Amino acid sequence: MGIKIDDICFEYERGTAMQVTALDHISAEIPDNQFIGLIGHTGSGKSTLVQTLNGLLKPTSGHIYYNGEDISGEKFDKKKLRADVGLVFQYPEHQLFEIDVLTDVMFGPKNLGLSDAEAKKRALEALESVHMPEKYYKSSPFDLSGGQKRRAAIAGVLAMRPKILILDEPTAGLDPKGRDGILGMISDMKKNLNMTIILVSHSMDDVARYVDRIMVMGGGKLLYDDEPVKVFRHVQELENLGLAAPQITYIMKLLKEKGLDVSTDALTVEQAAAEIMAHRRELHV
Amino acid sequence: MIKIQKLIHDYIKRDDEGNAAGTQRAIDGVDLDVKAGQFIAVLGHNGSGKSTLAKHLNALLFPTEGTVWVDGLDTKDEKNLWEIRREAGMVFQNPDNQIIAQVVEEDVGFGPENIGVPTEEIWQRVEYSLKTVGMWEHRKKSPNRLSGGQKQRVSIAGVIAMEPKCIILDEPTAMLDPNGRREVISAAMKLNRTKGITVILITHYMEEAINADRIIVMDRGKVAMQGTPREIFSQVERMKELQLDVPQVTLLAHELRGMGLKIPDSILTKEELAAALMGGQTSQNSGLGGDCAKKEAAHGDQN
Amino acid sequence: MFDTITLGQYYQTDSLLHRLDPRVKLVGTFVYLISLFVVDSFVGYIAAALFLAAMIMLSNVPFRYIVRGMKTIVFLLLITVVFNLFLTPGEVIWHAGIFKITREGLTFAIKMAVRLSLLILGSSIMTLTTTPTQLTDALESLLRPLKKIHVPVHEIAMMMSIALRFIPILMEETDKIMKAQIARGADFESKNIVKKIKSMVPLLVPLFISAFRRANDLAMAMEARCYRGGEGRTKMKPLVYHGRDRVAYMVLLAFFAICILTRIFF
Repeated sequence: MGIKIDDICFEYERGTAMQVTALDHISAEIPDNQFIGLIGHTGSGKSTLVQTLNGLLKPTSGHIYYNGEDISGEKFDKKKLRADVGLVFQYPEHQLFEIDVLTDVMFGPKNLGLSDAEAKKRALEALESVHMPEKYYKSSPFDLSGGQKRRAAIAGVLAMRPKILILDEPTAGLDPKGRDGILGMISDMKKNLNMTIILVSHSMDDVARYVDRIMVMGGGKLLYDDEPVKVFRHVQELENLGLAAPQITYIMKLLKEKGLDVSTDALTVEQAAAEIMAHRRELHV
Repeated sequence: MIKIQKLIHDYIKRDDEGNAAGTQRAIDGVDLDVKAGQFIAVLGHNGSGKSTLAKHLNALLFPTEGTVWVDGLDTKDEKNLWEIRREAGMVFQNPDNQIIAQVVEEDVGFGPENIGVPTEEIWQRVEYSLKTVGMWEHRKKSPNRLSGGQKQRVSIAGVIAMEPKCIILDEPTAMLDPNGRREVISAAMKLNRTKGITVILITHYMEEAINADRIIVMDRGKVAMQGTPREIFSQVERMKELQLDVPQVTLLAHELRGMGLKIPDSILTKEELAAALMGGQTSQNSGLGGDCAKKEAAHGDQN
Repeated sequence: MFDTITLGQYYQTDSLLHRLDPRVKLVGTFVYLISLFVVDSFVGYIAAALFLAAMIMLSNVPFRYIVRGMKTIVFLLLITVVFNLFLTPGEVIWHAGIFKITREGLTFAIKMAVRLSLLILGSSIMTLTTTPTQLTDALESLLRPLKKIHVPVHEIAMMMSIALRFIPILMEETDKIMKAQIARGADFESKNIVKKIKSMVPLLVPLFISAFRRANDLAMAMEARCYRGGEGRTKMKPLVYHGRDRVAYMVLLAFFAICILTRIFF
């Protein structure tokens, strides 16, 4: 079923001179089991949008339906929504507080009213899904490396068994090794767990190779919502928004301009190499 | 400008009672020689020792063994401390945690105040520094109203106002978005190219290192690789081993070579790749021409 | 969440009051507060109100902006008034059940309301026209004599100034961590006091850790910029009295004298 966003707006500091429109008539559907990239630069409204999805912010107009029910309705169970729509904030390691990693990850499930045994079971599962080495389960979360802390924090949300998992800039501040580790882990999670993942990022390079669908935000509006390949055909428009297409897109575009008749749809180095080689073979045949 | 000889740095690990419980070697025998006016990029993943190295250059840390000289001054000698900190300014990672004052211009004036610069001259320096990083029109603002990139530029201005010979930027872009990153790197670049200030940029983003005169790759406390960007990035396999990025175009060229295409292994820009792929039409040399060759020539002159 | 509080937040514009030496404004506010407790007559309150009105006009801060800031404390004002109104013993002029209003209560409540409003408006005029930095500078300068008895005046001023810089940052951080924990099912709205205290742990632990990390970073950044205490430091914006400041001191003195006179003669 998933989420249906129906023409929502959101303004900060409403009714004051400093009013800022963060969301400007957004409509979209987020079905079950999809991998979505939500792209936009700082201030584009993407972080505001994801906070409305699990009820942390209430849209100033419009409606959001979860499984057909209006989430701002009186009878709607907000707690259930927050469990079902998991939100991992930027720098999530800043939310760690417990004595050890396992107990911290159990915090979410226990808030859902689960027994210790059940919470622990879910926490262990979640820690496994984020590839946390078992030797750290009993370590203080503050003794972990940056990348491991982030895994622990993501596990904390995952342990609530969300149907939709939103990750806001999960690779911010990590080095290439940490970044590849986290992105690989998220991609594995998508394969192994039956859920929708929304990856919020300002880097096309990070999301391009993983997601099925890209939503591009700018100035509070949803500007593009399509398959990655189709979105990247708008290189110029993306640049005007302060975003960039993946590096590979630029390379392929230049090759094409220089007269090499290749498709510019490649998203990864491997795809680009294959495309160039195919083109070569064609020439030589 | 900076000379490092057999530098070793051990962090002392403490147990819960605060007793020394062992040491951890963060820097393990580093030798380095940085000439005045160079733009040096230090690459390496977290824990490679690059930030520890940076703190030695500003005398925030002192060698366990070995020696560090900044402009001929030994960092171990306590009477050199403030002179070294003035000459080698430092910009840190977190934009919020290094701005002290509540107004941009006052923050830039903080350093000069500390070293006892007369009031009138502080104002001249503040104006000059803020104009250099393009933040003059924001001088009356609260730092809280600035973007991450703007905050980092204010921090850079704060260092310029001390009239340093060298600026060390310790992962200044790690917490910024792509626009902020570009702003900060181009400000650092401008300082180096137009004012001749030595810049040492610690980063894990390879794209920021591409225009450096020299790249130093750190791994487990040691200098793992050293050379021009072209020399470094052409060693794709070695960089992968160290879990660092190389430009995607270099990666693509590497991949194509693996598939049997005859293209050079030192491709850094998409133009070079295009030239190489178009084969006979343009020679490899002209492909390597343009900006890069000119820049390398300029670099040679400086040495 | 927190950024709706405008009470006394610096309002950037240019005016005579903005240009006045912060020491004058600090002393002036202090004198004004005292004078509010010196005057005790209708004429006296009129004088104090007129003085304040003149200051507001001189400050160039829109009256609406000042009043909007007052909104946040209207509640406090109301409580004080209601308490005084109903709980002062004396000659009963109105009553309904257990509630009674006395003549003394009425006058006292009105006086209290006027005093409190003038007091709050008066001090917010100072903070509206003076940056926190100027205020700490003024404080450091005015307290300098205390250095002789080994009060670390410079350090106190520096601490205040850093605290002011980091309050908005920590507020924002509180908001962020709170949201992150709510997303993990934490309940900060529980009415049960024990539960409420318990629910603060996931908020306070990360907040303290972050504050310590920031303190550590900041200390290093300050050292890197050659900070070594107040010795040998110069000032980018040294405080110098101008002609207008001297005039302002005289106006203050005159105002205070008038207040004393109203106390004696009315």
